[in-house]
Amino acid sequence: MFAELIPLSLADQLFPHGIERYAVGGLLVGLGAVVIYLGTGIHAGASTFLESTLSYVSDQSRFQQYRASRDWRVVFTIGIILGAAVYAVLWQGEAWTTDVQPWRLLVGGLFVGIGTRIGKGCTSGHGVCGVGSASKTSIAGVMTFLLVAIVTAQLVQAVGVTP
Amino acid sequence: MSGRHPLFMPLIFVGGLIFGFGLGFSHMARPEVVLDFLQFTDFGLLFVMFGAAIVTGIAFTVMPMVTDRAPLTGRTYGRRLKSFDRNVLIGGAVFGVGWGLSGICPGAAYASLGIGNVTILWAIAGMFAGAYLQGVWRSRAAASESAPARAD
Repeated sequence: MFAELIPLSLADQLFPHGIERYAVGGLLVGLGAVVIYLGTGIHAGASTFLESTLSYVSDQSRFQQYRASRDWRVVFTIGIILGAAVYAVLWQGEAWTTDVQPWRLLVGGLFVGIGTRIGKGCTSGHGVCGVGSASKTSIAGVMTFLLVAIVTAQLVQAVGVTP
Repeated sequence: MSGRHPLFMPLIFVGGLIFGFGLGFSHMARPEVVLDFLQFTDFGLLFVMFGAAIVTGIAFTVMPMVTDRAPLTGRTYGRRLKSFDRNVLIGGAVFGVGWGLSGICPGAAYASLGIGNVTILWAIAGMFAGAYLQGVWRSRAAASESAPARAD
């Protein structure tokens, strides 16, 4: 009996909200990428939308390479927003708002925007499609941003910034 | 685009819907949950990332064996392989600082809007600003590289 309690309490510590929501959600995220891949052969990542959408309003040469894909990337992103909205209506019940402070979101977003474009991908491009491809580049990218993010989040917590 | 298959956009949309629903369901659209993972109080994010990568991994491995080309585009099925260079590590580190500070990444930020989190517009504005800055730098770098006479 005692031996059964230890792993159980450890599981409670590591996964205080259980694992079902994470596992099921993750499988669905992968399924969404696979649906697009099966029909089109495209590995859909979420971060290129930032640059491709800027090509509508900016003449910078860097953005022009995404003109051919910018329309479907807008459709993909609208799909992501509405898909999450369906979850919100069916499960969440009401609008949910973060308590993380606006300055953290703005400055963090700025770094994410710069980093993901220099680094050739984000958590979906490298993390889902790249790791799924067993790409060494993507695995190196994921390891890098995971380690740096952990250090950053721990530092932010250590200096007492909440939420 | 006139040459596109009529089902191309609907399929992208449906894929996006499932993708976004999954991000909502997995709670990745909540920055707090991502920060909980990075601060070691809830390791559930590992199941999201590896769960998703296993599903894509199966499809990326099996489809090229079944058939050569995707029906809607004629594109060759293959893996997502990007060339490795210093930028992957530099960009990854910059991304990590942003992710660790805010708990937000691009796909999850769009999904966050869908669950009613209007505050996330701060992060989305930041991401567009960052992508724009990066684009200006890279455009200038490309222009100076192709210029015949260089100062250095």
